[in-house]
Amino acid sequence: MGRSDIRLGADIGGTFTDIALEIEGTLHSAKVLTNYAAPEQAIIDGIEIVMEAAGIGLADLGLVIHGTTLATNALIQRSGARTAFVTTEGYRDVIEMRTESRFAQYDLNLVLPTPLIPREARFPVRGRIDAHGAELQALDEAALERLADDLAAAGFEAVAIGFIHAYANAAHEKRAREILAAKLDVPISISAEVSPQMREFERFNTVCANAYVRPQMASYLSRLQSRLAEMGADCPVFMIHSGGGLISVETAAEFPVRLVESGPAGGAIFAADIARRFDLTRALSYDMGGTTAKICLIEDFTPHTARTFEVARTARFAKGSGMPISIPVIEMIEIGAGGGSLAWVDAMGRIQAGPESAGSEPGPACYQRGGTRPAITDADLVLGKLDPDNFAGGKIKLSVDEAAGAIARAVGDRLSLADEAAAFGIVEVVDENMSNAARVHAVENGKDVSENVMIAFGGAAPLHAARLCEKLGIERCLIPTGAGVGSAIGFLKAPFGYEALVSNVMALSAFDAEALNSMLDDLKTTAEAFVREGTSAPIEREVTVYMRYRGQGWEIPVPLPDRAFIDADRTMIEEAFRARYAQFFGRAIEGPEIEFVTWSVNAHDKPPEPDTVGLTLDGEAATSETRRPVFDPATGAALESAIFERAALAPGARVEGPAIIVESETSTVITTPFDAIIQTDGTILLTRKARRP
Amino acid sequence: MSDIDDIRLQVMWNRLISVVEEQATTLVRTAFSTSVREAGDLSAGVFDTEGRMLAQAVTGTPGHVNTMAEAVGHFIEGIGRQFIFDGDTYLTNDPWLGTGHLHDITMCTPVFMKGTLIGFFACTAHVVDVGGRGFGPDAKSVYEEGIQIPIMKFAERGTVSGELVRLVRANVRQPDQLIGDCYSLAACNDVGKKRLIEMLDEVGLDDLERLADFIFTRTASAMDERIAALPQGTWANEMLTDGYDEPITLAATVTIGEGRVHVDFTGSSPVSRWGINVPLIYAKAYACYAVNCIVAPDIPNNWASLGSVTVASPENIVNAKRPAPVSVRHVIGHMIPDLTFGALAKALPGTIQAEGAASLWNIQISARPAPGETGERAEILMFNSGGSGARPTLDGLSATAFPSGVMTMPIEATEHTGPIVIWRKELRPDSGGDGRYRGGLGQLIEIAPAAGHEFDFSAMFDRVTAPARGREGGGSGAPGSVRLDDGTTLRPKGWQHVPAGRRLMLELPGGGGFGAPSERDETAQEDDRVKGYVTRKT
Repeated sequence: MGRSDIRLGADIGGTFTDIALEIEGTLHSAKVLTNYAAPEQAIIDGIEIVMEAAGIGLADLGLVIHGTTLATNALIQRSGARTAFVTTEGYRDVIEMRTESRFAQYDLNLVLPTPLIPREARFPVRGRIDAHGAELQALDEAALERLADDLAAAGFEAVAIGFIHAYANAAHEKRAREILAAKLDVPISISAEVSPQMREFERFNTVCANAYVRPQMASYLSRLQSRLAEMGADCPVFMIHSGGGLISVETAAEFPVRLVESGPAGGAIFAADIARRFDLTRALSYDMGGTTAKICLIEDFTPHTARTFEVARTARFAKGSGMPISIPVIEMIEIGAGGGSLAWVDAMGRIQAGPESAGSEPGPACYQRGGTRPAITDADLVLGKLDPDNFAGGKIKLSVDEAAGAIARAVGDRLSLADEAAAFGIVEVVDENMSNAARVHAVENGKDVSENVMIAFGGAAPLHAARLCEKLGIERCLIPTGAGVGSAIGFLKAPFGYEALVSNVMALSAFDAEALNSMLDDLKTTAEAFVREGTSAPIEREVTVYMRYRGQGWEIPVPLPDRAFIDADRTMIEEAFRARYAQFFGRAIEGPEIEFVTWSVNAHDKPPEPDTVGLTLDGEAATSETRRPVFDPATGAALESAIFERAALAPGARVEGPAIIVESETSTVITTPFDAIIQTDGTILLTRKARRP
Repeated sequence: MSDIDDIRLQVMWNRLISVVEEQATTLVRTAFSTSVREAGDLSAGVFDTEGRMLAQAVTGTPGHVNTMAEAVGHFIEGIGRQFIFDGDTYLTNDPWLGTGHLHDITMCTPVFMKGTLIGFFACTAHVVDVGGRGFGPDAKSVYEEGIQIPIMKFAERGTVSGELVRLVRANVRQPDQLIGDCYSLAACNDVGKKRLIEMLDEVGLDDLERLADFIFTRTASAMDERIAALPQGTWANEMLTDGYDEPITLAATVTIGEGRVHVDFTGSSPVSRWGINVPLIYAKAYACYAVNCIVAPDIPNNWASLGSVTVASPENIVNAKRPAPVSVRHVIGHMIPDLTFGALAKALPGTIQAEGAASLWNIQISARPAPGETGERAEILMFNSGGSGARPTLDGLSATAFPSGVMTMPIEATEHTGPIVIWRKELRPDSGGDGRYRGGLGQLIEIAPAAGHEFDFSAMFDRVTAPARGREGGGSGAPGSVRLDDGTTLRPKGWQHVPAGRRLMLELPGGGGFGAPSERDETAQEDDRVKGYVTRKT
């Protein structure tokens, strides 16, 4: 057995596979290219690099935590198994008819996403459960027997079963699985187990997605485990899921849809860990990379979660252009704004940025690899925020001329703007887009964005964070070290955790404590069983109910105490709902009946007691001989700014804006309203000047 | 640094659009009305002191979007400038001053900065009930269609009018929900107001004048450029629709020239005796939408872009005057884009899509226990869509709303709202018009009262006698049908009954095809057969 204090995180992303190794509190990391043909190979390669650096062998590993974008990619690229979908008669087209709406109101040539399972592979069967879970029509078992033969003969590789109201009564789905399984040797997924939530389009799509990626993910996970074992690692492997907890490989192989979006979840956990370390109860994680920016609210060191999200958006990140997946997920807003996002001018002569991206090839014009259109990085360079001779540790030489030329061609000439003004326009627009997204995300969660501390990471975030804080009224921002492999580091901090959910629509006036306790006990048992696969440590639970006024379509989460309820708790729950409602929407309403819709139990092992450190808010002024003009967005002119090397700044050093702190992967821009203070662990704190005592 | 100023104004324009999106999101999250919360049947926008719209949320359906744009001017006039105070909120559901029928409440909130009026926020939502006969076409005049709220103060200097609330409560079937929606609308304007003031504080401005000027100038010149690039001239089109008890002719003449697109509805049928009439403001909203889809899909809605489209009509079914009944004005209103497209297709041959199902197949169900049984009573509203017309290079969209922007509701949620069982809701094979590109398919819906119940329903359906026509040689979409499972044929409009034990069977119309059917690609034909979109032998 390996050493329990040696943990390894492995994150397979679209371009890179990141490895982070933690040994006695020290981190080692590696970045290797993702290997699409054999994803496990990239992990092995990366592991060898960090093992060598740490001077240990595979046998020493105590735990491997893995997150991967492979399930997401299979959905985006439609490279999953040939899947049959068995559904209720009369509902063959739920996943094709979607919401019967268009996600772009004025686009007459709109193309809606193709359903994951084509119509000819969707098989309706008689049998109906009603909204209260009662049987309206018996399941046609004879038809299922015949269907089993047909599916076997047709060579389907996976089966999904989704029946109307199965969240309220799973009997038909379970019986159908039994009949099919007797004649079919392929994995069968049922909606009542994958996603027992009301709303048929989301639930059916989720069970289809699960079945669709299941054979491929099961095969990959078993290959990974045997490769690791062959190489001498006999430690357990756990998977990070979209909700930010750890589950066993076996569970992941059965419910692979839970792995979708696990990489970004790692980033949010990374930020949550930093929030915990500095004891920040309200934080906003801001991760800006090459193609997108992701923003997530973190409250009491826990990232916000949602019950449903959309993957594989087909049209420029447009809401409604992807497929809905209803599983617990760390809730993030993602917009097409990254260092590679391209700038252009629209019909009204307005500068626009993204969502189209120059990607890593050819990359921004300043990389001189054939890119001719201006990207955000080009604008940052022209404004002096990046040092052309010291980018990526000097490995990539940036051309200011190419950047300025691209900006002039696409923006400056059209609008009669000088290069610098055009570059300012591009950066202002992208910063505005990101801050608008952050503001709307906060509003949707009933929060005020300005009350948060921002935690910025990813290659492009430190260049833009200070300006975003200005726009959002945020006073403080942290820029941690190791941000380049943030997700993999985040994996190491993830709890063993599982959130079990079920829809059960019930009026508050019909509150029945006994029935509720029995349902919650089932959820607790389910959730804890998953957690117990990984740990025998004490378990913490959060109980949440999603409630609304009867007649509304949007439920708000109401946290409840984790204990058995008595009938007298009705008043307490009503008060809790009204308080939450007022927090979201200003005031509670008199009159309408209140109802419960979905219940959730989140179980996880207790996080270790954090070594919290307070923020260092002041320090010794640092000076630098190096200076260069950097464009100041507030005054609209270039200002002489001091340039510092991050590695040369000791904890306690204070840098007054305007200034720039350079490191190998990125640069932190400190705008005039801010100072930077280096924290004891090397994290940079940006803090408003007025706030400094 | 005028360059930099321009950029700052542009950034503020973006922020303004984000502010109205935030305003709309608040409304979606808090509204009681099914159509708002599930289906996005709403609109939100910001206006200058003259009542000219600066920006509007892209969330929302065209019928609201473009009508609300004119409402603020009416509020200013109706209240009187000297009576506009900080903390006020105004409302109305006047079909001719708001959005075309009594079921929409429009609310308007003035914004003050340093004691001076700087602009307005307005929003609109379709509410559950306004009393009267309920949502349906059977009234003989607007007086039967529900309570009429003229332009009034909902709140003055922050104090809600208790008198108004009491009066409204006494006149509607679900007062808690309606008043709840009024508060939601007011709250959504307040969100906009707060954000706008924050933005102006941040950038150090005291009013919206420079920003308004910037937005209107930029938009107007973009619109001018687009319209100048179109063929100039006059083209006409006519279309037949079902009507209530006799067919209705809709006629439009579209003139492109002098920097604008003008649509004239002369030749359309006279005002109907039934509540399918359309106030001109609503017809204009959909005419604007149709023109903007073709001419300027990427130009945001504001006073300048909407001003490039004008309409005129003698008094007729699309220019009905008070007291004509107008409750289901959307059924005819949703036909206006197809009508306008037909004329534009003559100006721009080969580029305009075929006709589609157009009108939503909304159904209002009033369920109750069957005689002698016990059970529950409930009001249930469903939105359903037929097929859209085939495009010049693409098939039509199956079971997808066009031109309306609303969404359908999950049937699992609908069945929780009342004692009905929806036995079927799936695509209707063979309903798309043939063509090089096939029209979108309609859908089949079967609804029964739950055991021991019966229901009445208000039909608001069209394209039952007059199907969607194809374009450039494409075939017509299948017409719709309304009947019971025992074969009884029902009417496409008006309140009717479904007894216990029976099922209501709806066949929603398909969209028209584009181009000759003989030119349809073989792979596409094979795909249609494999998927069962087309089952006819060829």
